[in-house]
Amino acid sequence: MGEAIVITSGKGGVGKTTTTANLGTALAILGKRVCLVDTDIGLRNLDVVLGLENRIIYDLVDVVEGRCTVQKALVKDKRFDNHLYLLPAAQTSDKSAVNPEQMKEMIEQLKQEYDYVLIDCPAGIEQGYRNAVAGADEAIVVTTPEVSAVRDADRIIGLLEAEEHVKPPRLIINRIRSNMVKNGDMLDVDEIVMHLSIELLGIIVDDENVIKASNRGEPIVLDPNSKASIAYRNIARRILGESVPLPPLEEEEKGLFSKIRKIFSLK
Amino acid sequence: MNVVAKQKQQYVTIKGTKDGLTLYLDDRCSYDDLMKEIEERLVKRSSVAANSPLVSVHLKVGNRYLTPAQEEELRALIRRSKNLVVDSIESNVISKAEAIEWVQKTEIVTVSRIVRSGQVLHVEGDLLLLGDVNPGGTVIAGGNIFILGALRGIAHAGYAGNKEAIIAASVMKPMQLRIGDVMNRAPDYKTDERNEMECAYINEHNQIVVDRLQLLMHLRPNLTRLERRM
Repeated sequence: MGEAIVITSGKGGVGKTTTTANLGTALAILGKRVCLVDTDIGLRNLDVVLGLENRIIYDLVDVVEGRCTVQKALVKDKRFDNHLYLLPAAQTSDKSAVNPEQMKEMIEQLKQEYDYVLIDCPAGIEQGYRNAVAGADEAIVVTTPEVSAVRDADRIIGLLEAEEHVKPPRLIINRIRSNMVKNGDMLDVDEIVMHLSIELLGIIVDDENVIKASNRGEPIVLDPNSKASIAYRNIARRILGESVPLPPLEEEEKGLFSKIRKIFSLK
Repeated sequence: MNVVAKQKQQYVTIKGTKDGLTLYLDDRCSYDDLMKEIEERLVKRSSVAANSPLVSVHLKVGNRYLTPAQEEELRALIRRSKNLVVDSIESNVISKAEAIEWVQKTEIVTVSRIVRSGQVLHVEGDLLLLGDVNPGGTVIAGGNIFILGALRGIAHAGYAGNKEAIIAASVMKPMQLRIGDVMNRAPDYKTDERNEMECAYINEHNQIVVDRLQLLMHLRPNLTRLERRM
């Protein structure tokens, strides 16, 4: 019996879909059987980020309305033999095509076969959000270091805490720019965590390569050298229960002089 | 007490004071007997002229509980006696509902949670919050608000019109403060982070001001209380 984790944020454009795609891929690389569910009916794009757009035949609404079985609607990602599947959202209906009870039933069915069911939640707190949360056991809240995103994250955490079937939500802070934080132009991680007072699951630095990779339909975790990739893999390991320390945010100074300075400052 | 007890059981004792008349009503007889006697002694025997000045009457009903309808009936009955009007009705007992309401209004409600954006925490008495109020969150109390955490949202103390209420917080960074019907909002410029407990109250100019917590003992000495205020 697997776990269903909803990935949500309240505000749009903070990186829910990218996070879902990358965490799902990272968990699949770590050998887990993963199913990604896109609940953004009418505005689907998880399939695009994963590069699976062309293979969609059936979608979530077809399953709910009984036109096909869940198994038949799932799109397999061939890069990770039998480990990563996607249940795409419908593009032709809207959020009201599905209700929370139907979602719950379907997620329950998926949990029987997969270790992790990651649910990509649409922005907002209306029907789409309620559908996405209905079947979830756990929740991950994604935010960026902007006041507006943190405000919405706070709202969504309040709503998630009221859901009795969901464990206390955990936090991912996305798109951190270390130079802006250093200059005091951006909220820093401690400030956000203190404000929201929930467990921090990980932080991801802002990286152009994430956008490039998404546009190519290859999640960034497939690139082993990118900082964002390492951050996503670390988060995946933390989801599995491993204890992985947070790396320091500052860029390591390189060169002999700084090394000498470091030695002296240590004393 | 019973001056004319030999002739008849007396349920109403009348005493004249400088504030008017005080009527001690027996609390063991039936309500109907009481009404009958008041009618006989006050209404029927009233011999004053119709244009004499009004005399206020204070009723002390002892351990008898009167419903609002019965109180109204009593007032109407006594009013029929031309120059008497009921000023107050005092009883030693209150109904359960009134007692619960009274407790709710005077108790300190302790809550341990974070009031997040979009959430509203509403209590009838004083609020003791062990946690933060985040921006966009609201706390409302009939009495005072004490926050052992950061107040970054909206706090409304004394919402039913109590202007003596205060708001105290370990970190006072509110979006808005409201006490009674007076409102104040945070300045648009950023204030420096002071790590000092502060309190908000209404000053003599009917404005909400934020000041050091230590000043409260002079401003609101009534906050100190060993027994609950009535």
